[in-house]
Amino acid sequence: MSNPEDDESVGTRWPELLVALLLLAAALLVITDSLRVGIGWSDDGPRSGYFPFYIGIGLAGASAWIALQQLLNWQRNPEFAEKGQLKLVWAIFWPMVLYVGLVATTGIYVASVVLIGFFMRQHGKHAWIATVGVAIGVPLACYLTFERWFLVPLPKGPLEALLGL
Amino acid sequence: MDEIQSLFHGFGIALTVPNLGYMLIGITLGVLIGVLPGLGGANGVAILLPLTFSMNPTSAIIMLSCIYWGALFGGAITSILFNIPGEPWSVATTFDGHPMAQQGKAAQALTAAFTSSFVGAMFAVLLITFLAPVVAGFALKFGPAEFFAVQLLTFCSFVGMSKEPPAKTIAAMMLGFALAAVGLDSVTGQLRMTFGVPVLLKGFDFLIAVIGLFGIGEILLTMEEGLAFKGKSAKINFKVVWQTWGEMLKHWQLFLRSVAVGCWMGITPGGATPASFMSYGMARRMSKDPDSFGKGRIEGVIAPETAAHAAGTSALLPMLTLGIPGSPTAAVLLGGLLIWGLQPGPMLFIEQKDFVWGLIASMYVGNVVGLIVVLTTVPWWAAILRIPFSIIAPVIIVICAIGAYTVHSSMFDVSLMLVFGVLGYLFKKLKYPMAPLVLALVLGDMAESSFRQSMLLSQGSLSIFWSNGLVGSIAGLAIAMLLWPLVGKVKGLLRGRASAVV
Repeated sequence: MSNPEDDESVGTRWPELLVALLLLAAALLVITDSLRVGIGWSDDGPRSGYFPFYIGIGLAGASAWIALQQLLNWQRNPEFAEKGQLKLVWAIFWPMVLYVGLVATTGIYVASVVLIGFFMRQHGKHAWIATVGVAIGVPLACYLTFERWFLVPLPKGPLEALLGL
Repeated sequence: MDEIQSLFHGFGIALTVPNLGYMLIGITLGVLIGVLPGLGGANGVAILLPLTFSMNPTSAIIMLSCIYWGALFGGAITSILFNIPGEPWSVATTFDGHPMAQQGKAAQALTAAFTSSFVGAMFAVLLITFLAPVVAGFALKFGPAEFFAVQLLTFCSFVGMSKEPPAKTIAAMMLGFALAAVGLDSVTGQLRMTFGVPVLLKGFDFLIAVIGLFGIGEILLTMEEGLAFKGKSAKINFKVVWQTWGEMLKHWQLFLRSVAVGCWMGITPGGATPASFMSYGMARRMSKDPDSFGKGRIEGVIAPETAAHAAGTSALLPMLTLGIPGSPTAAVLLGGLLIWGLQPGPMLFIEQKDFVWGLIASMYVGNVVGLIVVLTTVPWWAAILRIPFSIIAPVIIVICAIGAYTVHSSMFDVSLMLVFGVLGYLFKKLKYPMAPLVLALVLGDMAESSFRQSMLLSQGSLSIFWSNGLVGSIAGLAIAMLLWPLVGKVKGLLRGRASAVV
């Protein structure tokens, strides 16, 4: 599709190999653990590892095949994504990771206000009033729908404890 | 006519005021989900599933299945107006739908898409109404070996029918099975692959996987395209609808063909996406003027939409009768059945008549309601798409996190969702199919237990899978499906050699 030698894009070569090797590693984990719990028969029928063992073999076979194909055709390197695109993906990925960490400590409401507020200011350059409105409005709507209407509790932190919710 | 009587009984259940209300809520939410990037039928239903835990199962399934219909309708809006397929099955709709919108015929394209979806769904529901009880009755005679053979057929069909490389389909599927095996082995009570980590005891929940793979993965993918959406606006008035309907009547043969493709692909788990491509391809090949496709022909909208909706709807047939979902969204609905305490499979038709027939009747009503809702509210949905992605993206992340958390009230699940999100992004970029992963994760335990039961019956001999005509032919078909890509390859080689000689 595009020129693989181009500095502006990243090829599928390494991602392809990496994912295949990751799957192979997972397969080996499955196989070793199946061997641990037993893949044969006991008095009351097949042991716990009986079925997963073959699943592991299948996964190992398929992923090894994909890795091998990539290694044999190392020159084949269609575009995975442009560098600019990967930067955009990263720009949403790290706030996402931080958000999940924040949910665990401050509860989901505070974390959501921070995430939406940050993203709207940083990437959308929206006016403060709009940013604050959406950033507070969405978590509030979630609170009303989930906790009040459907009675499903969401993770809460120190602020909610302070407010006595 | 037992079915007719049961169906009327079902209408009695579906047409009560609360259920009609749930239907309307479901359709509206569904269209919204179908329109927004990062939220689709499968993960939308997965996120809303926890809200239904306390509802009556019939109302719950009516609402959730209506979300599914809504999402099927909604996917067409983004494809035609913005050239962005809101759902994978509406990719083929962009080929002719968006050119039509560019030529100022957006209203015709939308009307054609919605009406085709509706027709496809209606035929599929008719099929379910009359075929499902027959299949269920047939399946009552199934033993574990037959069930395993049907499951084998399901998974082998993925390998045979998917556009992705077979090795990647198998890898994705096996990963799903492996993840399903984590946790407590329900037969022996032994712990598997938990490696001493307590959170892994309960295993991986496929709802988390669906939210991560389809939700977070899709957000990451959409980010690549940047933060701007550019699209056409549309208004639909009654005159255009009427004219388009008149024009569509001329294409009745196309409808029938697309319905047939869709129903076939939905029942065998090919799914809505391949069905839409196949139907589009057929319409082009059988057209008198194939070169004009891709430049804004109404047939190019009718064919994929009819097939996609027929497939999406008929995917519920194997789910209800055999407990084997034909699509990821059907898999999520199946998960819902289990959570509400209903055992999917043939017994459902005997023990839960109200539930089954209420659901089937709601499919008729839901699709009529859906058609009316989308035809009248299109401009609003188009307006939603104009909300900048810098607002939509974080809001969808929040919604996904809430959805992942509420499944088990566990923070670990929220982190797991992120991991599945990255996996989903990589899989999408590297062309690993995701439906087999999800289905294997859902069906893993069931497939394993029917396999082990068959092995117990036969004392460990695989010959049980061809011990009688029924199981033998299903297993044989499965093997044929599995080897299908090889046949294609050999054919390609022979043809390549032949052309090399010439």
